[in-house]
Amino acid sequence: MSPLDRIANVSTLKQHEVDKLYKVEHKPVVSTSDQLCFLIRPRIQTVKWICDVANADKAAGRFRRYKIIFTPRKFYACEAMLEEQGIFGEVTTDEWSFCLLPLDDDVISMELPEFFRDNFLAGDQRWVRTAGSALHLLHSLYGPFSKLYGIGRCSKMAYESWREQVEEGEQTARRAEIGKVFLIDRDVDFVTPLCSQVVYEGLVDDIFRIKCGCVEFGPDVTSSDKSLKVMLNSQDKVFNEIRNEHFSNVFGFLSQKARNLQGAYDKRRGMDIKQMKAFVSEELKGLKQEHRLLSMHIGASESIMKKKTKQDFQELLKTEHSLLEGFEIRESISFLEEHISRQVSMMESLRLLCLLSITENGLLPKDYRSLKAQYLQSYGADHLLTFSNLRQAGLLAEQPAGEALSAMESKVGKLVNDKTAGKLTDAFSSLARKSNFRALSRKLNLVPKSDEEYDLRVPRDMAYIFSGAYVLLSCKLVEQVLERDGWTGMDEVTRLLNGHEFAVTGSSGADARTQGDARRVVLVMFLGGCTFSEISALRFLGREKGYKFIVVTTAITNSSRLIESLLGNQI
Amino acid sequence: MMKSKADEEDYWNSSKFKAFTFDDEDDEFSRLKESKRAVNSIRYLVEEDDDEEEVEKVSWSGEPVGSISWSVSETAASNQKADREPAFPKVSADSGPMSRSHSGYSLSSLFKAPSDPSVRLYAPELRKPKSEYKDYVSDWSPEETVQRMQQGKVVSLEKFRSLQDKLLLLDYAVNAHDGNVITARLLLELLRALGRMEDVALLQYKEHLSIADENRRRDFLKNCLSLPFSPEDSAHVQDHYTLLERQVIIEAERGGKVEVFQKFPRKASILNMPMITTLYYCCFYHYTESEGTFSCPLNIRQTFKISEKQYFVTALAARAKLKAWSDVDALFTSRNWLGFTRKKSPLSFQRVVDILQKNSAPTQVLQNYVALVDDAELRISLAQKHKCHDIVINTYRDLKDRQQLLGYQVKLKRGSAEERKIDELLNNPGERW
Repeated sequence: MSPLDRIANVSTLKQHEVDKLYKVEHKPVVSTSDQLCFLIRPRIQTVKWICDVANADKAAGRFRRYKIIFTPRKFYACEAMLEEQGIFGEVTTDEWSFCLLPLDDDVISMELPEFFRDNFLAGDQRWVRTAGSALHLLHSLYGPFSKLYGIGRCSKMAYESWREQVEEGEQTARRAEIGKVFLIDRDVDFVTPLCSQVVYEGLVDDIFRIKCGCVEFGPDVTSSDKSLKVMLNSQDKVFNEIRNEHFSNVFGFLSQKARNLQGAYDKRRGMDIKQMKAFVSEELKGLKQEHRLLSMHIGASESIMKKKTKQDFQELLKTEHSLLEGFEIRESISFLEEHISRQVSMMESLRLLCLLSITENGLLPKDYRSLKAQYLQSYGADHLLTFSNLRQAGLLAEQPAGEALSAMESKVGKLVNDKTAGKLTDAFSSLARKSNFRALSRKLNLVPKSDEEYDLRVPRDMAYIFSGAYVLLSCKLVEQVLERDGWTGMDEVTRLLNGHEFAVTGSSGADARTQGDARRVVLVMFLGGCTFSEISALRFLGREKGYKFIVVTTAITNSSRLIESLLGNQI
Repeated sequence: MMKSKADEEDYWNSSKFKAFTFDDEDDEFSRLKESKRAVNSIRYLVEEDDDEEEVEKVSWSGEPVGSISWSVSETAASNQKADREPAFPKVSADSGPMSRSHSGYSLSSLFKAPSDPSVRLYAPELRKPKSEYKDYVSDWSPEETVQRMQQGKVVSLEKFRSLQDKLLLLDYAVNAHDGNVITARLLLELLRALGRMEDVALLQYKEHLSIADENRRRDFLKNCLSLPFSPEDSAHVQDHYTLLERQVIIEAERGGKVEVFQKFPRKASILNMPMITTLYYCCFYHYTESEGTFSCPLNIRQTFKISEKQYFVTALAARAKLKAWSDVDALFTSRNWLGFTRKKSPLSFQRVVDILQKNSAPTQVLQNYVALVDDAELRISLAQKHKCHDIVINTYRDLKDRQQLLGYQVKLKRGSAEERKIDELLNNPGERW
C-alpha cells in the first residue's frame, strides 16, 4: 500500500486518460504511449532511472514527452541530475506538495521515512522546510495555535520555518480547533523505538509491517492459501478495542468477543419468521463482519505467539528490562555476545547493541571493540559501514577511555575471575562516566520501582506499554511540559537532553480565541518518526489527563525501520 | 545499580511480569485456542449466507482489485510474459547533446574549472523562457544565491571556486535550513579538505558493494588496504579481503561427486558470506580436509583467530546437522597426559543439548550430554524435557527422593523398562531412603 493508494484508485486515473501504471524501476518502459508521467519522491537514484528510460528511448529513436512530478518537493540536486544526463530539455517538471496523509482519526503521517536518515545521519536539513509547511498547513486549517513547545534541533528549525511561513502568509481570523503543539526530535528519545513492542498494534507492526495503515497477513494467519491485505484503523471495531492493549490482555478480549458472537448466532434457533427477517436485515451483516475481523485477529495473535515463542522472546525481554533498569549489565553483554555468535538475527543483535549503548551512555572501549569484531564476523565485514553510520547518528557510542580506570581494572582483573571482574568493571565505570539515560531515568522516574507488582490489566500509567518496565521518555516529556505549561523546573532534564527546548505563544491574541474543545486538543509532532507504542501511550495519557492528542509524524517507525535506514551494507 | 543476591532472586522470581509470558502451557494461550475454536465453529454458518457483494474483491496477490498497487502489479506481470525482460541498450557515454562538461548549473561545476564561460552564458536561454532571465545577474552574494536556489530560480555557481567560498555558500545554505544544495559528490571533496580521512576511506570502501564479480571485488578490496582507515578498521578490511580470497578458492571446490555435496546440495554460494557462515560451511562440507588446505576449518580458525568457543559452537552445529554423532563426541574428548579421556566443553552442556536437540539428535545421543550437566535440578528438568528417563531416575536415586521417583513413575509408559527399574529401586532393601 502506498500513499497514492489511499487517495486514488485506477478508475479515477483512467477517467483522466491514464492508460497503464508502472512502478519506476531500472528498466525501460514498454508501452505504446508517447507521453510518460512520473510521480516520484525527489531521490537522485529515481531521477537517474528516469534519465536512463529517456536516453534509452532516444537511442532507439523513440520520441516521447516526459513529465516528472516531484512530491512533496523538487530538490535542486534532481534538476542537476537531469541536466547532467542530458535530458533537461525533454522533461517538464512539477511539484505536488502532498505532505499530510491521515492514517486514522488521530494520526497523520507525512510518509517521509527518509527524513530520519537525511536529517539525523547526513545532517542534511533539506526536509525542514517541508515539516514547517506541513505544520503551516495544519495551522491554516485548524489554527491559530495558542502555544508551541518543543525540544530538539530539528524541532526548533521546523518551528522557525513555520513561523516564517505564517509571517509570509495571511493572518487567519478563524476559530481554532487545535490549541497546543509539541514538536520533538527522534534523537531526543532513541530508547523507546529500540525496545521490543508489546502492545497489539506495535507487535503487528514489528512482525507484519504496517504500511500506510495497511498490513498484509499471510497464509499462516488467514489459514488458507491466500494472503490478505487489510486496513488497520478505528473502522475495524475489533482492532480498535485491542490495538492499545498489552498483548496479555488481547486474548481475554478476543475470547470474550468470540463467546458473544457465538451467543448472538445461537439466538437464531428460537426465532420465528418475522424475527428472522429482522435479524437478517439488521444484525446479520454486522455479525458477519465482526466474525471476519475476529478470525483475522485471532489468527494474527496466534501467529505472533508462535513467532515470539520460537525466538525466545522471554529471554530477550528480560535482557531489555535489565538494560533499562541498569541492572546486571555484564550478563546482558554476555547474552548479546551469544546472540551474535549464534547468528540469531542481524537486526536484533544490532538493536540490542544500540540499546546497550544508549542506556549505558556508550560502550566501554573494550566492549565496543570486541562486540564490533564479533558482529562483523557473524554478519559480514561490510557492516563496517553500518557501524560508522550508527556512530554518526548517535545510536552507538564509545566511552572515552579513562586511563586511571583501565590501569586499575586490568590489575584487579588479573586477580579475579571473569564474572567478578565484570561486576568490578561496572562499579568502577559508574564512578567515572555520566550516564545521561540513567540520570534522565532517575529525574523523570522512567523505571518504576520493582518491589510493587504491576497489574497489566488495570494500567496505572504509561509504563504498561512496556510491561511496567519503562515509561516512554518522549511521552513523559510531553506530559510534563503540558502540566507545567513550559519547561520551568526542568533545567536539568533539558541539559541532559542537550537543550534546544522552546516554549512560545502563538500569534498574539490566539490564546484568547482558543476556547472549549480546542484547549484540550494537542498536536504532537515527531520529527524523524514515531512508534505505535508512543501513539498508544499518548492515547492513554489523553484519557488520563483529559487531552485529545493528534499525532503528526514524518513517518511511522519501529526498531527495524530505524536501524534499516542506517545500514551501510547496501548500495 | 548493584543489588544483593537476595534482591536478585526476588527480582527474577517476583511476579512483576507475571501477567505476561509466552509459555505454551500458559492459560492465555489456551484461551486463545478456545476463542479460535469458538470462531471456527460458527464459520459454516457465516459462509453459507455469504453475500458476494459484502466482501471486497481481492486479487490473488491480496491487493484490492481496482487499486493502484493492483494495477501496477498486473502491468508488471503482463510484461514478464513477454519473451525477454526489457533491458537498457548499451548507450555510449557522450551520446547526449548536453554532456557533462557543458553543464553550467550542475553542482559538480562547483569543483571544476569552467571550460568555456561564454557557452554557459548563452545555453540557458535556449532552454528556458526569457522571462526567467530578466534578472540574471552574476553578482549575487552567497546568501542571495541560496535564497534564489530555494525559490527554484536560476543561479550561477561559478563564482564560488575557492574552498572558502564553497564553505561560505554551504554555511548560508545550512542557515537557510535548506540543505538540499549539498550532494554526495561534494561530500568526498569536502571530507578530504576537512581532513576527515577515515570517512574518506569508508566512502571509497563502500564502492565494493557495486562490484558484482568476486574476482574484481577481491582485487578492489586489496587496494582498499592502503586507505586511511583507523588501525582497528584496517584489520577488519584486511580480514574482509582475506576472507573473500579464500571464498573464491573454496567456492571452486564444490566437489561434484563428493557425497556430502550430493546429499546436502548447497542452497547458495559461499561468496561474500560472513566469516562464521564460511566456517560453518567448511565444517559442513570440508571437515576432513588436511590442515594445509584453504577449506579446512582449522585453517580458517587459525587465519582469522576465531575463539575456541565460537569454533566449538559452529563445528558442533554443523556436525549435528549432518548427524555425525561421533564427530560431535570427538569435539569434547581430550586426552590428558595419562591417556585418560575426559569430556570438556567451552560451552555449558545445557547449551550443547539445546543445539543438538535443534538438530533432531536422538535421545540416546542427547542423554550423554544431559548427564554431564552439573546442576542436579537443571539436569532433571532437561532430562524430563527430552525424555531421558534413565537420567531422571538416577538423579532422583542419588538425591534419595523417593516421592519424586514415585511421581515420575506415573508418567512413564506401563510395562516399560524404566517403570520396572523404578520398582526395583524402590523395593531394593539395599537402598536407603
